[in-house]
Amino acid sequence: MEYGLDLEYSFNEFLKGFGLSSEIAHIIWLPLPMLLVLVAAVVGVLVTVWLERKISAAAQQRIGPEYAGALGVLQPIADGLKLLVKEDIIPAKADGILFTAGPILVLVPVILSWLIVPFGQNLLISNVGIGIFLWIALSSIQPIGLLMSGYASNNKYSLLGGLRAAAQSISYEIPLALSVLAIVLMTNSLSTIDIVNQQSSAGILSWNIWRQPVGFIVFWICALAECERLPFDLPEAEEELVAGYQTEYAGMKFALFYLGSYINLILSALLVSILYLGGWGFPIPVELIAKFLNLPINAPFIQVFTASIGIVMTVLKAYLLVFIAILLRWTTPRVRIDQLLDLGWKFLLPISLANLLITAGLKLAFPQFFGG
Amino acid sequence: MSIAITTQIICFTVLSLVVLIGALGVVLLESIVYSAFLLGGVFMSVAGLYLLLNASFVAAAQVLVYVGAVNVLIIFAIMLVNKKEDLKPINDIKSRRIISTSICLTLLSLLIRVDLTNVWNISIPQNSIGEESTIRIGEHLFSDYLLPFEVASVLLLMAMIGAIVLARRDVMNKDISTGLPVDQELIEKSSEPLLTNKN
Repeated sequence: MEYGLDLEYSFNEFLKGFGLSSEIAHIIWLPLPMLLVLVAAVVGVLVTVWLERKISAAAQQRIGPEYAGALGVLQPIADGLKLLVKEDIIPAKADGILFTAGPILVLVPVILSWLIVPFGQNLLISNVGIGIFLWIALSSIQPIGLLMSGYASNNKYSLLGGLRAAAQSISYEIPLALSVLAIVLMTNSLSTIDIVNQQSSAGILSWNIWRQPVGFIVFWICALAECERLPFDLPEAEEELVAGYQTEYAGMKFALFYLGSYINLILSALLVSILYLGGWGFPIPVELIAKFLNLPINAPFIQVFTASIGIVMTVLKAYLLVFIAILLRWTTPRVRIDQLLDLGWKFLLPISLANLLITAGLKLAFPQFFGG
Repeated sequence: MSIAITTQIICFTVLSLVVLIGALGVVLLESIVYSAFLLGGVFMSVAGLYLLLNASFVAAAQVLVYVGAVNVLIIFAIMLVNKKEDLKPINDIKSRRIISTSICLTLLSLLIRVDLTNVWNISIPQNSIGEESTIRIGEHLFSDYLLPFEVASVLLLMAMIGAIVLARRDVMNKDISTGLPVDQELIEKSSEPLLTNKN
């Protein structure tokens, strides 16, 4: 399956044309995809915030932002600028170092996880062998940041909020990891590239959602809980409780939490589309289209078409899921903390364990369908 | 020296410094909360060292288990019982400190001696397995390391049962450690079921 655009190779060849050594070309190349992904994540957040405002307005029969740009598309930028120029307040009795480090610890693992998100065969920062496991490991760092900011605020509501947020994050990580494990079992690999390629044989029919319906639902519920989205947004619960660990935060430090939760939402949507919805795959396999057009799979036109359709499909699937998440947020009530923990430990955990067991059994029984 | 090797040396130096200074901080700092957070930093740097050794799976497992589970639970415990109270002054604190320092220094010298006398057989493998390591670890866990692997799970089960016994004191009417009858009034009632039956 070694086809597709290899931008790194062409870029390095281009620089070598100017007489640079391959090492220097590599060093010049290295920051580019990282920067690109960072920009993509931030733009994704802006789009999601705008969608959130517009869809919530539609759900409540309002108009929503209207004056900042056409249809209010500049509203998220205005929000961001407002947070950027706000005064940075550290409460007098707070612990300054931990208070600053908390939001950073929440945001950095989320951004690092973008390392493994593929937009095409070669369109990702690094095809590390541990792939999806890296994301699970990184997302387990987040509770430390939550606990840290809750503790450092020196406020009992913040401390309780931080403890609750960390408890939620820990308890939903386990079913999440177990449902990912079922996918890995079917793929025989942890790499996100292999996971997508394994689903690309027959277009929409070979997507993992048909083979892992239970895993898909468990993963989606857990991803929503990890992102602290409604119906699981107890850590902040703006209408009912004191706003949890972020109570004392203002300005850019608050914006880091905000950014972190939205980047995490987009990341989760992207990972759902990669794990269950065929990633960059078009519902009809590209090979069939190439055959229909009588073009070889390596033709330049098909190459560019595959790469662009890959990016479009990944983003489209992710934003479809973001749309569902936003719609859920504005139409469902919130669960109580005991209901939340009951759901996580007594319902999702056994179900995902059983799902893993059944997947392993089906893999032994029908190796051609469940990855031999 | 190529750029890759230089990067490796820089990363190794920074990570080792963070491990050493962080570990010293964990032991020497007065505030237990700072110690706990620094411990997380030390675990992360150890994961970085594993990454430098091309053991990416071990590194991720280190982050998941030590930072994501062990350290978070330590911090949880500290925050749930964090009473603001001054520790009682101990009279012979100086002599205790001297004794503990000498014991630690003896242990350190022992380790250094082992390090210096042992002949480290560093043979760089011609084809390092790299990304294959995940598969190799799995093979080993299910063949020659199966028994330790399973024994570790029994250990965890024991710890879990112990935690449940300690936490669910409402099901027994005698305190486990003292043998005195337990005051049932103080214990929180177990939470309502997920869907309360209205009728």
